[in-house]
Amino acid sequence: MTTAEKYVTAAYCVVFGFVLLYVVIIALKLRRLEREVDALAARPEPAPEDEREPVQVG
Amino acid sequence: MTEARHNSLQMARIPLPALAAASLALVTTALALVFFVAPTDADQGFSQRIFYFHVSIAFTAYACFIGGAWKALVHLWKRDPRADLESYVAVHQGVIFGCLVLLTGSIWAKISWGHWWLWSENQLVLFLVLFLFYCAYFMLRFSLDDGPQRANMCAVYALFGVILIPVSFLAIRLATRFIHPVVFTRHGPNFNGWILVTYCVAQVALLVLAYTLYRVELAGKRLDLRLRELRRAYA
Repeated sequence: MTTAEKYVTAAYCVVFGFVLLYVVIIALKLRRLEREVDALAARPEPAPEDEREPVQVG
Repeated sequence: MTEARHNSLQMARIPLPALAAASLALVTTALALVFFVAPTDADQGFSQRIFYFHVSIAFTAYACFIGGAWKALVHLWKRDPRADLESYVAVHQGVIFGCLVLLTGSIWAKISWGHWWLWSENQLVLFLVLFLFYCAYFMLRFSLDDGPQRANMCAVYALFGVILIPVSFLAIRLATRFIHPVVFTRHGPNFNGWILVTYCVAQVALLVLAYTLYRVELAGKRLDLRLRELRRAYA
């Protein structure tokens, strides 16, 4: 392998590595969001508001 | 824009899996053309093959910055909070591609000129200025509290940055002494045949790849925002 070939390979590996790193970071972020959605879905439903009619007291 | 119209525009968008598949196919085709079809340059030899991705990445970075500035203008004009997030993601993409331009350019410079970097080259220094300007965008964004004031300041900053793009692009043509090659002249590209075909495919591939990454990141950021709102509502 000549020096030029080594440098060209390095340049394309840098591009590939960068894109791969970016995709991995985004995938990790999406996994975290998924976990948070699951945690939110597992929470109990908020109690419904009291719908009784107000009455005059006293 | 009404909600129904917005939803119809969302529906008209290309689905993400299709975009990802197109990116993969185009990048693979571009790499095959670069290494197996494009002829070896008589002047620079094998090292000229960096050109196909280096120049394409540079134009993709410019496109991202222009896209970010356009979304910033939309934000300032229509006060649309979605445009602020879109502008931020576009600038982020531009910085990533800008970093790749500097790295691939340095490698090419080392083979062709024997140096990783030359401070005497206007084209290189102006691109570095543009890159650092947009890096500072994040310092501004993360130093302010979330809200309309931050969105407005970031939009103005992103708009100012776009002025540097024609300066960076024209620097090489205005310079009296340069060693950085001129790819596009007033009479068109400085190459033809398979070199031109390979360059065009690489350029389309990188633009589609950038758009795919932009859509993925934007979807993640929107989901994050929605989750934060839901958490606040549940609290």
